[in-house]
Amino acid sequence: MAIDRETVRRIAFLSRLKIEDDKIADTEDEFNKILNWVEQLSEVNTDGVEPLVSVNDTNLTLRQDEVTEGNQADAVLKNAPQAQYGYFTVPKVVE
Amino acid sequence: MTGLIIEGKTASWEVICGLEIHCQIISKSKMFSGASTHYGSDANENVSFVDAGMPGMLPTLNERCVYQAVKTGLGLNAKINKYSEFARKNYFYADLPQGYQISQFKYPIVGEGHVTVDLSDGTTKDIGIERLHIEQDAGKSIHDMAPDKSFIDLNRAGVGLMEIVTKPDFRSPEEAGAFLRKLRSIVRYLGTCDGNMDEGSMRCDVNVSVRKVGEEGYRTRCEMKNVNSVKFVMQAIENEAKRHVEVYESGGNIEQETRQFDPSTGLTKVMRKKEFAHDYRYFPEPDLLPLVLDDDYIAKVKADMVELPDAKRARFVKELGLTAYDASVICENKETADFFEKAAQGHDAKKVANWLMGDFFAMLNEKKVELKDSPVSAENLGKLVELITSNVINGKTAKDVFAIMAETGGDPEKIVEEKGLKQVTDMGAIEAIVDEVIASAPDNVAAYKAGKNNLLGWFVGQVMKKTQGKANPAIVNKMIAEKLN
Repeated sequence: MAIDRETVRRIAFLSRLKIEDDKIADTEDEFNKILNWVEQLSEVNTDGVEPLVSVNDTNLTLRQDEVTEGNQADAVLKNAPQAQYGYFTVPKVVE
Repeated sequence: MTGLIIEGKTASWEVICGLEIHCQIISKSKMFSGASTHYGSDANENVSFVDAGMPGMLPTLNERCVYQAVKTGLGLNAKINKYSEFARKNYFYADLPQGYQISQFKYPIVGEGHVTVDLSDGTTKDIGIERLHIEQDAGKSIHDMAPDKSFIDLNRAGVGLMEIVTKPDFRSPEEAGAFLRKLRSIVRYLGTCDGNMDEGSMRCDVNVSVRKVGEEGYRTRCEMKNVNSVKFVMQAIENEAKRHVEVYESGGNIEQETRQFDPSTGLTKVMRKKEFAHDYRYFPEPDLLPLVLDDDYIAKVKADMVELPDAKRARFVKELGLTAYDASVICENKETADFFEKAAQGHDAKKVANWLMGDFFAMLNEKKVELKDSPVSAENLGKLVELITSNVINGKTAKDVFAIMAETGGDPEKIVEEKGLKQVTDMGAIEAIVDEVIASAPDNVAAYKAGKNNLLGWFVGQVMKKTQGKANPAIVNKMIAEKLN
């Protein structure tokens, strides 16, 4: 599996990362190196092996339906770059 | 056959439609955190650090959300998947602090099922359910509080949702409307979602395409997001299908795109073209293990199932003698059905249904009160009907008694007693008054005998007046006719 320049641009766009044009070639290279390294795994024969979903061999634990948190708007907003009237505020986004 | 066929210039076109419905799950706390789901709190007060997407916070699944999804799945006659997995749906938006939505993708909790809908021509149709999966809701963006900013409230972020996806089985707006009403009725019966489309607790995405009658396969579809009433969904399907036909007939092609329905015009406009379509890059959620349910659990949920609208309606028709129409009106809403059943207990069910759907609903409308706040209780409505069927009062008096009940909330038996409204059933007393009336109007008696038959009504009216409306008009009628003939 190899990555081309268009795919690099697309992934950068989806990730909202700005990659300057002169860095595209390097990034493409880097992606391919990572993929090639992971590709080694395909040398292992996994016929008939169930996919491993987790290294924890336990079941999912569920929570009771109880309200245990809340009323902490100040704490929730504390790290917000911008907030007003108890809301986060961001540059206007209208689709 | 209730399919909508659009007659174009070159061909007849058939409408193809499928729906995706998001239902907010009724639970006290959110799907993956212990914050409240309460609607209408101050901004960002019902937010945990999990909901806010703070680094290192881990989700824990709310057992109630699982229960509600399984219950809904059973209500949709669907297969419950004992194994399901959570997946991350990745996209950036200001009201999605994690940068991904925890959803289900490959392995949803509920598989295929079906819902039977009733159509205007008296037929029914089974609408296929493709799947139901559970996921978290996003926060709310408010765009009109400042000219250059959007305001974000995360109170809704993390509230549990069930996304129900139908098969592309709808062939007309009517079928889609009937389905949405049925689905709303089912989730309300089950208590899994309150089904209020105008408040956003039930939201509908509509997929529409058209094809020539007889054509195999499907053409390109367009999706309309968040259409928020049954009426608008029906309008959106009709107008979007007509647009497709126009485009095809003028030699154009439909592109796959997301469109926005504008309720003020009923038309749709493009929102997002395919090249800008989201690429969600789903992958298994690493913070949650697969959800495994066993037969005992599913059996336990099954044991909690309530009688659903279809079953209730069938029972009302079969056991209580209601007409299919009356039964379906009464059963659409569980509260109404429960009220009816309580009122009808031990009384003439058909008469109770007539009163409920007639004077009673009219009274609620006029007073603008909800059923639960009705001044007339179910027991008292039943008692009123009993007073009529046992001939204690006549229908005319019953209307007066009902008006008093609506004002005072009183017991009809007491009202009848206190106001002395009991029907005169003493035949001797009625006969005496009849004789008196006949004796007092020899001219009218002569005229009647000469053939003026409609004077009978005048005699009855006189007797009713003298008894203050308490005589049974049928008996009076018969008695006067006998005496004059």
